[in-house]
Amino acid sequence: MDPKPWLEILPRALANTALLTVTSLAVGLVLGLIVGLARIGPIKPLRIAAAVYVELIRGIPLAVQIFYIYYGFGYLIRKVYNPNPFVSATAAFGICYAAYIAEIFRAGFQSLDRGQTEAARALGLTRRQALRHVLLPQAFRNILPALGNEGIALLKDTSLASVVTISELTQSGKALASLTLRFFEVWTVIALCYIALTLPLSWGVRRLEARLRVRGATLPH
Amino acid sequence: MSVAPLFHIRGLTKSLGGRPILRGIDLDVRRGEVLCVIGPSGSGKSTLIRCLNFIEIPDGGEIQFDGHPVVVGPDLDRHRAQVGMVFQKFNLFPHLTVLRNLTLAPMQVLGLGAAEAVVRARDLLGRVGLGDREGAFPAELSGGQQQRVAIARALAMRPKAMLFDEVTSALDPELVGEVLEVMKGLARDGMTMVVVTHHMKFAVEVGHRVVFLEGGVIAEEGEPRELLEKPKNPRLKEFLGHLI
Repeated sequence: MDPKPWLEILPRALANTALLTVTSLAVGLVLGLIVGLARIGPIKPLRIAAAVYVELIRGIPLAVQIFYIYYGFGYLIRKVYNPNPFVSATAAFGICYAAYIAEIFRAGFQSLDRGQTEAARALGLTRRQALRHVLLPQAFRNILPALGNEGIALLKDTSLASVVTISELTQSGKALASLTLRFFEVWTVIALCYIALTLPLSWGVRRLEARLRVRGATLPH
Repeated sequence: MSVAPLFHIRGLTKSLGGRPILRGIDLDVRRGEVLCVIGPSGSGKSTLIRCLNFIEIPDGGEIQFDGHPVVVGPDLDRHRAQVGMVFQKFNLFPHLTVLRNLTLAPMQVLGLGAAEAVVRARDLLGRVGLGDREGAFPAELSGGQQQRVAIARALAMRPKAMLFDEVTSALDPELVGEVLEVMKGLARDGMTMVVVTHHMKFAVEVGHRVVFLEGGVIAEEGEPRELLEKPKNPRLKEFLGHLI
């Protein structure tokens, strides 16, 4: 068996999947936090807009969203900007996952005791300072396991980026399979590659959880 | 030295969930005064004290603090920074150490440098008898210790007045004393204090004046010993009879 096509294709595929996951997750987290805050914020039009966003995005299959952004929206703006598949996929994944992550953030903030906000504001902290220093760290710690789940789901969903010609793992698997005709070996290796990426991600989330765990705050037996 | 009261409250009203809680409170709190607020549950004690720093926004009436009207707006955070509050449930920040609980607001709100905030925090922790626990997290402390940290946290802002909202009600009986001791020390130092409490002994020993709240109005007020040991108001008599 000639290792050359494998060595040419797989490292780049792994890197692309990892990169796509990281960029999409970053977009999803930032946008998700903003949408989540808008949903529970004091401004009613923003609350409604955020709720509509979440409901619309959750109702559209991810593959359709990718087609929509790359081919649909991309066609619309083709005169001013020629859409790059990577940017389009990152936008699609980020926008989609932001809807789910927004709901997680919302639940995280709503699970905090009202007294935390009151104590922060009573000390003279502004709404923004209370959020930044008191509420967000606690909410983030509480939702970290759920965010870890989203990260892993996103990593696997990046296989959909193959529909917009990105040479990530799934797309590369197809290429490699047709090149070598070793279907079983190729797809076994591709599956193992995904696991090689998800395992460190879960491990990283667990490490972060342990680091943020507060002493004394264990559950009663 | 101004002789004007620190808190000047007129016609204060507040409804919660459509139910009137405060029905027109007129009250002055002098500088250095320890004012105890008593009354049956639902009488509006907590709502009154929470209106004083606008954690609860009043519906009507007027509150002046240190000669300035307190209103919703950009100056509200400055007002809150000048009035310390201690809650029944402590409300310490559980993700921060004791020391960081005390330095957060002075650094963020007053713009203190870290070194100065730490010096101030350590001094206060020593005063409330917790100088050796600055690295602990709130969940590692007893209720009484947590409440003393909460008092120190409020004092770290160098407030002009302190509000205490039933601060011993969530404590095991044997831990109440240590918190009351800290409050007595504050009173001795001349801190202006508004104290919602069920401890009539504290009111008699430490309070300069007692206000008896009932049905959202001040039903009776006066010198603590006078008012609590020889109550004339029949409702106050009944209320005091229900304690013990």
